Amino acid sequence: MKKNESYEEFIKGVWRDNPVFAQVLGMCPMLAVTNSAINAVAMGMATLFVLVGSSFLVSSFRNWIPKQVRISCFIIIIATFVTIADYTLLALVPKVHKELGAFIPLIVANCLILGRQEAFASRYPTRLAVMDAIGMATGFLVALLSLGIVREILGDGALFGVKLFSENFEPWVIMILPPGGFLTLGVILLFFNWFKFKKDEFLEDVAEAERSGS
Amino acid sequence: MENLLWIFVSAVLVNNFVLTYFLGLCPFLGVSNSLETSFRLGLATTFVMLVTAICAWILNTYVLIHAPYLRLICFIVVIASTVQFIEMLIKKLSPALFRAMGIFLPLITTNCAILGLAIFATNRGYGFWEGIIYALGAGVGFTLAMVLLAGLREESELSSIPKLIQGTAMNLIIAGILSMAFMGFAGLFSST
Repeated sequence: MKKNESYEEFIKGVWRDNPVFAQVLGMCPMLAVTNSAINAVAMGMATLFVLVGSSFLVSSFRNWIPKQVRISCFIIIIATFVTIADYTLLALVPKVHKELGAFIPLIVANCLILGRQEAFASRYPTRLAVMDAIGMATGFLVALLSLGIVREILGDGALFGVKLFSENFEPWVIMILPPGGFLTLGVILLFFNWFKFKKDEFLEDVAEAERSGS
Repeated sequence: MENLLWIFVSAVLVNNFVLTYFLGLCPFLGVSNSLETSFRLGLATTFVMLVTAICAWILNTYVLIHAPYLRLICFIVVIASTVQFIEMLIKKLSPALFRAMGIFLPLITTNCAILGLAIFATNRGYGFWEGIIYALGAGVGFTLAMVLLAGLREESELSSIPKLIQGTAMNLIIAGILSMAFMGFAGLFSST
């Protein structure tokens, strides 16, 4: 029973309530850094670290943080973790850090992270909060990766820096430029909507059949 | 003087915060359903940007030289308290204006365009006046993008669009086309 509960919190973030596809949160880093798959992975990992760390801290201290100043407290906790992530990336992978540039410090303003603290971590016990954070961050990583892979393949003809096609492939440069980000995410959301639409239709059909059967 | 003009034009058109840097997308996609409200939100954001630019410059010049690793925490605290302060000020001075943009003011804290502005201005080493002009340009650019998208969305409500595309997917595709149009301005400075 206990195990199921944690698993439920985890899987919720990955698919049903996916932060990007279903809730349209955290769009800024989503579009800005996904011009290659490797940048997407770095951003996803940094967000994972910050989200899990701050969820853990916020939910451990949830009974001591006064209600009136809770937003400021959350923001300061998040900013601390982001600073750690910023300096760690600078030390480990300076090249990726340079490409992500100002978008690492901007994780602070990612509404996904603050949203999870407010909606979940400040109300539930630590174990559930951490599972929820891992789930949401994994969902965010999946979304970043799917956008990054599509844009890198179309815009650069490569994946993780490895060329996929022969010389004859003409890269769609527009895909790695800003408009490509908007267009790709729009199309991906379209697919997500279509999938949900079909599923609802199917469930309605099943309900209909059951009613007429009984 | 010429330099300041360039910073302004570049922040409004060439490096538009929303359409080129992807900053401030949450209000851009979330609140842009009517012309009136997006214009007001744009103005409020511009105002907060100006105040933030001044505060960031003071912090950078006098405080953060000694502790650069505290930059992020200082900036975010300054922004959050500026927004809170402006909210109280407007409430006291002009209740009518407060009612008009009440809900939008707190939202500005989580607008990454503001924090982005402070960080970009620091990274580029802008001075006091350059910072202010940059903030003004960024604010005008943000308002322009918001108003453009809101206008297009109001028009699109009158036409019959397939149910599947309606909502965020359509807004993103419209934003993509707008962003392509803004790429045309990139040639403006290429001669230098």
